[in-house]
Amino acid sequence: MTPFVDIAFLILSFFIMATKFKPEEPIKVETPGSVSSDILAEENSMLITIDPASKVFVTFSEPKSKTKEATTAVATALNQGRNLGLSPAEIESFRKAPAFGLPFNTLKGFLALTPEQQAAFQQPGIPVLDTLNNELIWWIDAAKKAFAGTKLLFLIKGDNNSKFPTFEAVINAMRKNEEFKYNLVTSQEGAPEGTELYRIRSQ
Amino acid sequence: MASVDTGGGESSHKKGPGVKKAKKLSTRVDMTPMVDLGFLLITFFIFTATLSSPVAMDLNMPKDTEKVEEESKIKQSGALTILLGRGDQVYYYEGELLDANASEIFKQTTFKGIRDVIIKKKLEVIRDHKPEAKDEEIKQKAKAKGDKDWEKAALDRDFFVVIKPNAEATYKNTVDILDEMTINNVKRFAMVKISETEDKLVQATQK
Repeated sequence: MTPFVDIAFLILSFFIMATKFKPEEPIKVETPGSVSSDILAEENSMLITIDPASKVFVTFSEPKSKTKEATTAVATALNQGRNLGLSPAEIESFRKAPAFGLPFNTLKGFLALTPEQQAAFQQPGIPVLDTLNNELIWWIDAAKKAFAGTKLLFLIKGDNNSKFPTFEAVINAMRKNEEFKYNLVTSQEGAPEGTELYRIRSQ
Repeated sequence: MASVDTGGGESSHKKGPGVKKAKKLSTRVDMTPMVDLGFLLITFFIFTATLSSPVAMDLNMPKDTEKVEEESKIKQSGALTILLGRGDQVYYYEGELLDANASEIFKQTTFKGIRDVIIKKKLEVIRDHKPEAKDEEIKQKAKAKGDKDWEKAALDRDFFVVIKPNAEATYKNTVDILDEMTINNVKRFAMVKISETEDKLVQATQK
């Protein structure tokens, strides 16, 4: 039995070392599959999440070593651009909040809540469907200003069941900001056998 | 494991009847509970391990142009329009949709069927290919990109897929159809807003 137990513990050590715990996601989303094989880079990105009820949320991620300076810069840019009247304490709260999915007129009130209350608060999503008042345009604009000097990636993570008009509105908001390249977050799938892609990849 | 010779066996008898034999303690530890725990941990880590990391799919959208003459023209002979509707349904037509031919060319299929439609249309375009001056330019571009089949790169130059999801299509449908472009190596495609006539046709079929 000894060799068997040895192997078992070897496997155990492997899994302990190889496991990277999934960061807790504020919004539960099931992504569609695609044949794409590019591994997602998450640093310096603005993640736009579309949840199953077609609500839009934004999340900013930065390299771990940094103290989220750019996120603070986003808050400052929004504060100036939209006259939100945020206090330094509320900007600090902005830096710590995991995701934003609410109209600007309720943002100040949301930031005044404690982190526990924020987590329990049902965010209504950023208004995007109204073409005249697509608030995502301002979020993207603020992010572009805050992340100036670094390569900012735009990630769109949509749920399988979210509706197309929301996705279209997100793309239109990007287009208004002269951004034409995005990455869609998907789960990996193999190329179906017998197709042209399968032939190219097996060459 | 190295064992120490304690001089057991015959030697103990020499001590006489009055000397009690020291009870030899076993050096073996029962490993079963530890192994049990080990396996429990293995199971836990196997279950929590994130096996597939998410991948990114590139999407490039064209810039909005105000001027009509800047918009790229597509040849109707090589155009395939795919419409997405409610309940994972796919509709398509080839060429230009006119009131007169709508009932004839407007067809319905599923996500499984659309792949064959794309392949068939692509082969048709390749078959009807007529050499043109810009073919050489396309070939050179493909060669520079490192395409192994660069000599054939210009054959499907007129093939163009237009994707038009309607308001009831889901995000999954959209990603699936964009993925279908990669799968079938469609080089030119665009996502366009659905027109009213087309939306009406889709709605009529859904009833």
